[in-house]
Amino acid sequence: MADPMLRVENLVRSFGGIKATDNLSLDVAPGELHAIIGPNGAGKTTLISQLTGQLMPNSGKIHFAGRDVTWLPSYQRSRLGLARSFQITCLLPDFSAADNVALAAQAHDGHSFRFWGAARKEKHLRDAAQAALMRVGLAKRADVPVSELSHGEQRELELAVALATKPQLLLLDEPMAGLGVTESARMVALLKELRKEVTIVLVEHDMEAVFALADRITVLVYGRVIASGDPDAIRSNEEVKRAYLGDQHVVVGHV
Amino acid sequence: MKFQINVRNVVVALIAIGLTLLPVYSALSGNIFILTLFTRIVIFALAAASLNLIMGYGGMMSFGHAAYLGIGGYAVGILAFEGIGSGFIQWPVALLASALYALVIGALSLRTRGVYFIMITLAFAQMAYYVTSGLSRYGGDDGLTIYKRSTFGGLIDLSNRTQFYYLCLACLFGGIYLIWRIINSRFGMVVQGIRSNEQRMQAIGYHANRYRLVCFVISGTICGLAGALLANNTDFVSPAGMYWTRSGELMVMVVFGGMGSLFGPVIGTIVFLLLEEILSQFTEYWALIMGPLLLLIVLFARGGIMGLLGRVNRG
Repeated sequence: MADPMLRVENLVRSFGGIKATDNLSLDVAPGELHAIIGPNGAGKTTLISQLTGQLMPNSGKIHFAGRDVTWLPSYQRSRLGLARSFQITCLLPDFSAADNVALAAQAHDGHSFRFWGAARKEKHLRDAAQAALMRVGLAKRADVPVSELSHGEQRELELAVALATKPQLLLLDEPMAGLGVTESARMVALLKELRKEVTIVLVEHDMEAVFALADRITVLVYGRVIASGDPDAIRSNEEVKRAYLGDQHVVVGHV
Repeated sequence: MKFQINVRNVVVALIAIGLTLLPVYSALSGNIFILTLFTRIVIFALAAASLNLIMGYGGMMSFGHAAYLGIGGYAVGILAFEGIGSGFIQWPVALLASALYALVIGALSLRTRGVYFIMITLAFAQMAYYVTSGLSRYGGDDGLTIYKRSTFGGLIDLSNRTQFYYLCLACLFGGIYLIWRIINSRFGMVVQGIRSNEQRMQAIGYHANRYRLVCFVISGTICGLAGALLANNTDFVSPAGMYWTRSGELMVMVVFGGMGSLFGPVIGTIVFLLLEEILSQFTEYWALIMGPLLLLIVLFARGGIMGLLGRVNRG
């Protein structure tokens, strides 16, 4: 394997007596779509938050693109090309869809201590925003305030915002959460396109989507990695079946 | 930006024209009092507009904004007391002192959020109040009389009521224009984004507090200018002008007019100070009427008076 894009070594994070991340190690290769699954409370979002710097680990190391980023604040990781979408939609509610994306593009286009010129008239920022909105199918909704977008559209906008930061690595925290059947299908189609361009770490509950998309899957239970491998290996892994998939039969039933 | 004809813009235009023509009316009618009153209103409107920049656009509820009025004023007063009468020295010092104070206070206060931010800005302003009370050379508690207004080498005579009024008005319009440019700039978009969702802005690559701090300093500096004007208007500075009730009044002016609307603080200040003036002629308990009025605005008209005049387009 080439040098990993993301390398997590022995990461530990506890909340009081609970170890939400328990000596976790993980490699993500450039170009792969790496899914992270696990039952509720397995520590998936905690892991993502540590990867993006919203949460600091107690110990362990995180390397991204050859750099130790363990203690970097989130805004600096974003500068390096790490982008995330949030499980619970996290947008600027009183801004339009285009503004949300343009601000993401602006963050990666020099500093923003410019006090005079009108930002909404900067053509290349608007164009970048429009392009990202087009990718996720929101081009026609550009001028609608976020608070008036449907839940599904907000999920897509989350993705457009992340894309506009021109990431090398995209961390998607349950992009399908709360989506209907058609919306989910659209999101899967979209992710299939995106994975050709950018390395993706996908946390998702929708097993069908995960097994359809992932190159590799890592299974978390109680903050620990209990298995990691390609979808076939995970599907046939006894421990995974027992700990997580056993009584649900989701994988067996749908794939 | 397209200028549309709607109620809001018509009201704003009428007020701007009214303020501009006020000295003419005052001269024709011989009513000097109205010019004096409105000079004061215009100065406070500038202070309120500066507070609105951080409160309305930046989401920072500063409860210590009167400190800048005092610092700007004391810069003028102390320099005048020490024999330096030139506005070309006094005013830059006033602005610089306010900016420095804002930089220090902001750097410390912006580590906190919400109620703690309100409390810490209040505490620092009270500190400034007690520090100036202790300046015995400059009058201490009793304040400092300014015997000669700032001079600008014959360019403008601040002792001339009309000239001084127009200087204040120019500062107000200039300040609002500056704020308008700022809120629509890259910087302004970032600051408003942080108000809207700080976590999101951090995640896409913005160091939120750095932008907040710069915004805080700009606001304080503009308010310092209002302080320099106010000191010249009253020929007097005192610690009382920095007391927390003054900061509260500035907040009320902003809320009255409409937080996060460009011209709202001007309308809020006019309404507040006119009401105070009129009500206090009838009763010394004018605050008993002002209080419930504020409650009504907060409860039923979140966008303030500007909000009542039409939808606020922001963000």
